[in-house]
Amino acid sequence: MSKYLPYILTMAIVTYLIRMIPLTFFQKELKSPFIKSFLFYVPYAVLGAMTFPAIFTASQNLIPSLAGTIVALILAYKEKGLLTVAIGACIAVYITELIL
Amino acid sequence: MEVVENRFIQGLKDSVPIGLGYLSVSFTFGMMCVSSGIPVEVAVVISLTNLTSAGQFNGLILILEAAPLMELAMSQFIINLRYALMSLSLSQKIDKKMSTLDRAFISFGITDEIFALASSTYEKVGRNYMLGLILFPVFCWTLGTFIGGSATALMPETLRNALGIAIYGMFLAIIIPPAKKLKNVRKVLIFSIILSCFFELIKPVIEISSGFVIILCTILAAGLGAYFFPVKEIEHE
Repeated sequence: MSKYLPYILTMAIVTYLIRMIPLTFFQKELKSPFIKSFLFYVPYAVLGAMTFPAIFTASQNLIPSLAGTIVALILAYKEKGLLTVAIGACIAVYITELIL
Repeated sequence: MEVVENRFIQGLKDSVPIGLGYLSVSFTFGMMCVSSGIPVEVAVVISLTNLTSAGQFNGLILILEAAPLMELAMSQFIINLRYALMSLSLSQKIDKKMSTLDRAFISFGITDEIFALASSTYEKVGRNYMLGLILFPVFCWTLGTFIGGSATALMPETLRNALGIAIYGMFLAIIIPPAKKLKNVRKVLIFSIILSCFFELIKPVIEISSGFVIILCTILAAGLGAYFFPVKEIEHE
């Protein structure tokens, strides 16, 4: 545990301060449309960069990962729930691994 | 006269679907930690103290790379920056009489889902309501991590491989529906993905750590998005 403590503390403190400071200290509303828009786009940019290209190597092998990616994309496009999409991708990877 | 919703029980009731959803996502986090060699108790402490999905998964990657703490802090800052916006927005929504200490305390529980619920359902929300809303999701997030981490050791390798894609499936389920509906979100998303793939391609030539790649992609894609397609009214789903 002690080996990981500096990492855990860094993550916890940074994340907490981000949440705590605006709610506790700011009483006025943000005016800058640029900052507001930037913050609006952040989650999509983050998740996009985190997902691709990492998803192609998510299961050690390329072909099963691709199968999982395709299934996940289709299910997500059909607006299925988070859990459904995740499990669908896992099943696609598992079946492809068994076949290959 | 403003109506302040301040019943603990009401908060607890509203939080049930959020908590159940968290159970499954944190299960994946616990599983990924343990299958990459991080002890289950470390995973549980990370979940209890961070309460965030994208940030924790990114943190996990950086811990495994033994990245410098400064890099970890910076990427956590960028990835979790959206909470600052939610926190700010929530400051307009909470009971004006709430003490500074209470504000500092409930801010710990700001997540995408908790924020969405707290800010969209009632005119104003009070401390007790917020405590009720936060308690169960925190419990589920931590418990799910523990179960996921403990179950991993018992699974065969093929199954563990298959489960590795779960988190990315969830990310896709989060980003695809809004990208389908909003053209500008789609553009920002595609640009970020192209950048991320580009950095991966040039990795043999210019080695940039994965945490820093995410920071770069985010600042560039969200920055260009904000510059070229400013959002008039921020909508939260």
